[in-house]
Amino acid sequence: MAEEMRIVLRNYGKIDPLKIDDYISLGGYNALKKACATDKTALIDDIKKSNLRGRGGAGFNCGMKWSFAAMAQADQKYVVCNADEGEPGTYKDRLIMENDPQTLLEGMAICAYAIGATKGYIYCRGEYPQVVKILNTAIAQAKEKGVLGDFDIEVRMGAGAYVCGEETALIESLEGNRGEPRYKPPYPPAQGLWQKPTIVNNVETFAAIPVIVEKGGEWFASIGAPSYPGTKVLTLTGDINNRTFFEVPTNTTIREVIYKLGGGIPSGKKFKAVQIGGTSGAFIPESQLDTPIAFDAMTAIDAALGSGAVFVLDETRDLVDVTTQIAKFFEHESCGKCAPCREGTMRMFDLMEKINDGEGSAQDVALLNKLGRVMSYSCLCGLGQAAPAPVLSTIKHFPADYNAKFA
Amino acid sequence: MVNVTIDGIKVSVPNGSTILQAAKEVGIKVPTLCYHPDQAVKANCRVCVCEVEGNRLLQAACSQPVFEGMVVKTKTPKVIEARKTILELILSHHPQDCLNCIRNGNCELQDLSAEYIIRDNPFELKVRGLEKDLSTPAIFRDPDKCVLCRRCIDACTVIQSVSALGVEKRGCESMVVPTMGGNLIDSPCVMCGQCVHACPVGAIGEIEDIDKLMAAIADPDTIVVTQIAPAVRLALGEEIGMATGDLPMEVFVAGLRHLGFDYVLHTNFTADLTILEEGNELLQRLTTGGTLPMFTSCSPGWINFCETYYPDLLDNLSTCKSPQQMFGSLVKTYWADKMNIEPQKVVSVSIMPCTAKKFEAARPEMNSSGYQDVDIVLTTREIGKLFRMSGLDFSRLEPSPFDSWMGAYTGAAVIFGATGGVMEAALRTVYEVVTKKELTDVNFTFARGFEGIKEAEIDLDGTKVKVAIAHTLSNARKLMDQVRAGESPYHFIEIMACPGGCIGGGGQPITKANVKRIERIGAIYDEDASLPLRKSHDNPEVKVLYDEFLHEPLGHKSHELLHTHYHAKNKKCL
Repeated sequence: MAEEMRIVLRNYGKIDPLKIDDYISLGGYNALKKACATDKTALIDDIKKSNLRGRGGAGFNCGMKWSFAAMAQADQKYVVCNADEGEPGTYKDRLIMENDPQTLLEGMAICAYAIGATKGYIYCRGEYPQVVKILNTAIAQAKEKGVLGDFDIEVRMGAGAYVCGEETALIESLEGNRGEPRYKPPYPPAQGLWQKPTIVNNVETFAAIPVIVEKGGEWFASIGAPSYPGTKVLTLTGDINNRTFFEVPTNTTIREVIYKLGGGIPSGKKFKAVQIGGTSGAFIPESQLDTPIAFDAMTAIDAALGSGAVFVLDETRDLVDVTTQIAKFFEHESCGKCAPCREGTMRMFDLMEKINDGEGSAQDVALLNKLGRVMSYSCLCGLGQAAPAPVLSTIKHFPADYNAKFA
Repeated sequence: MVNVTIDGIKVSVPNGSTILQAAKEVGIKVPTLCYHPDQAVKANCRVCVCEVEGNRLLQAACSQPVFEGMVVKTKTPKVIEARKTILELILSHHPQDCLNCIRNGNCELQDLSAEYIIRDNPFELKVRGLEKDLSTPAIFRDPDKCVLCRRCIDACTVIQSVSALGVEKRGCESMVVPTMGGNLIDSPCVMCGQCVHACPVGAIGEIEDIDKLMAAIADPDTIVVTQIAPAVRLALGEEIGMATGDLPMEVFVAGLRHLGFDYVLHTNFTADLTILEEGNELLQRLTTGGTLPMFTSCSPGWINFCETYYPDLLDNLSTCKSPQQMFGSLVKTYWADKMNIEPQKVVSVSIMPCTAKKFEAARPEMNSSGYQDVDIVLTTREIGKLFRMSGLDFSRLEPSPFDSWMGAYTGAAVIFGATGGVMEAALRTVYEVVTKKELTDVNFTFARGFEGIKEAEIDLDGTKVKVAIAHTLSNARKLMDQVRAGESPYHFIEIMACPGGCIGGGGQPITKANVKRIERIGAIYDEDASLPLRKSHDNPEVKVLYDEFLHEPLGHKSHELLHTHYHAKNKKCL
């Protein structure tokens, strides 16, 4: 255990990302050929069999999602790649796009064939202009080679809003509107971009597709945790010796990630907490480190796998201070559409700041708890629902940090 | 049909129903704030959240469709805690200014706050301190009070296709603002006031001119003369605790005399006059190759819209002033002369179902009497407030007739208040003028009802005239685009800016749904049917006016006093 297994990063370092021939020479686009020779229903069934679940954070069954769009009757359908990698501490999508852009295009093309789409968009984070160049070069080469058939892909840049990583906000942004989430249902596979059936998948999800098609769904399903099989790319940041990335099977535990792959905490300090999944992830204490980095296992401890960011904090860190900064981030990134998120993120930051400045009380903590609870099940989209997790988890697992603020 | 259980009550509802609709079906009220029955679902306030069995997340009742076997609970402790907390969040960011607010007593947030027993709000009061926008003579914005429900944006953009309002900034800083920057007056706003109806709180309202009126009444040297627009009476009852249409006209007049008005006259009189001028203008255009189709010109929100979005079609607008402005120019000339009153002493007041009328009265060209033709415009809501303040018991008021020379009217004028009414009134007169025959059945029923666009071909004894009627500006836009493209088959088009026509005007009692507007329309045709005279050209006082003063429709005096011209607004638009 605790060894890397590269599926989505299989070509990392082995090819020149700007040369499609390198990709093809390693078997690239064979999966698309194979897919196109397969009956669409059988293809989607195989993706279902792989039990691949979305790598963007929501963990929805990919084959199931595709089948909804495939069943929908429409004159136009779309394939959209969510490459709006805005989660602080996360750069897994950038790794894939910078080092192996063709695998993303191939994954999207397979999806397009499966659901009957001819148009695709890659919605790329605005802060990744160099990635946009690589993608555009890759698309131009793929078009020149004719490997994508009648499937056309365009790259669109985001403008820096964190919320546009939410799939319906991303769609609104693609349509040229304010980046704000839509209420669901209807879900994008029924009514997405320009109200047409649309598949929105994360970069990492699409990157897994060619391998699954090549090796079969059963093969993929046998890797890692059965309910969330395959691998996950993790990006390690914070107080950890190996601040780098790893792709590991999903039955790897957090402890293995931190101590074996990550090399433990620097300077002989003790571990205090780890936040997994990005800014909206819960802070996990020592006692829960044997949890596997699989979707359901993380949910069971009130945490989330999210984007796969692993942010480690040593014993010297003040979690109230860290959480206050996070609350500020959400106050800034709330789109303002729904009331509990718009007003709640603002109040959450106010209360955290008050406590962090030594002016708070146990009553403020109780109010934070209630506010966080209400937001987590009342907000319109995932941003507002997840924003309280750092606050709620630090209050739960690290009460000493809060008590220390009440002089 | 889908079988669902709501708070233990089983019910079968049509496929695609929402939880909100299903709950209503079993008599359970789920609280709402951003929800509006005539608009698209927004699901942004989250006040209507409910528990759905098997789901950790609460679901917004307004947007969540029901499914077979769904079990919904609308008032569990979890739900109540969420709703209360959301209300506390909204209220702690909202000025605690209810006592001074234009919507005091008629505010959805106030109601919710009472229903959910909000007492000690745990969140610190934090008001943004934004400036009020008082840039227009008709509508103000008070952005501090805005709860970001976005109903005003929907009304402005979807219903009216004006797009004068949008959202700016993000998160807790987000604001509803005039589009294209600046204040409302700089935006393409047409002042129709539909945003006022849509607003659940006091963030948008009419500029009140009550103090101006009180000062005029208090001044012993002035003679305060008022006109009442056709749609006002029907809805005014709603402001003073009566059913729609139940306030008798002559009791209304008596009430106005109690308030201190010196003379009470009727806009219906100039509505009849408008028909004679506009009907003859149409015939003139038809016979002399004038610009067609001709558009009606009595709705000032529509005029603003045309000047903003269709400046190339201004020649299609009838040159007739609106009945309000025809009245204004006659009251300080013809009427004052007839009554032997010095015109400079006359304060000309109008009571209108409309916010845009305030802007219209203030137009610089509206002074053909030599004075400002209409000095003060009050909405139905404002007169309702004055009546409530007066303490009058309307069930005990002695009815009082209108004053002379500009108070008589026919059923044709009454129906001006509903979409299609001007068209029907015009046809009643035009038919008799063209055919020289008596119109035995005055009911042009094609022109009635709430349908967005209505059309017909009318046979005037061999002359075929194609007509169309639209209400709301998004419907108007459809007809205008046809005209602009040179594809309009019509000769005459009636346009009313507001849903349902003036009965749904921006100055009417706050109207939460179109069903109310439809009810008012019903009352209008009842009144028309009850009147002895139903054709504008039969109005005896209008006959006197032509005999003694104007001499003929479209004559020299008419042109001087009753007709106007239009200007392209050259505004930045989306």
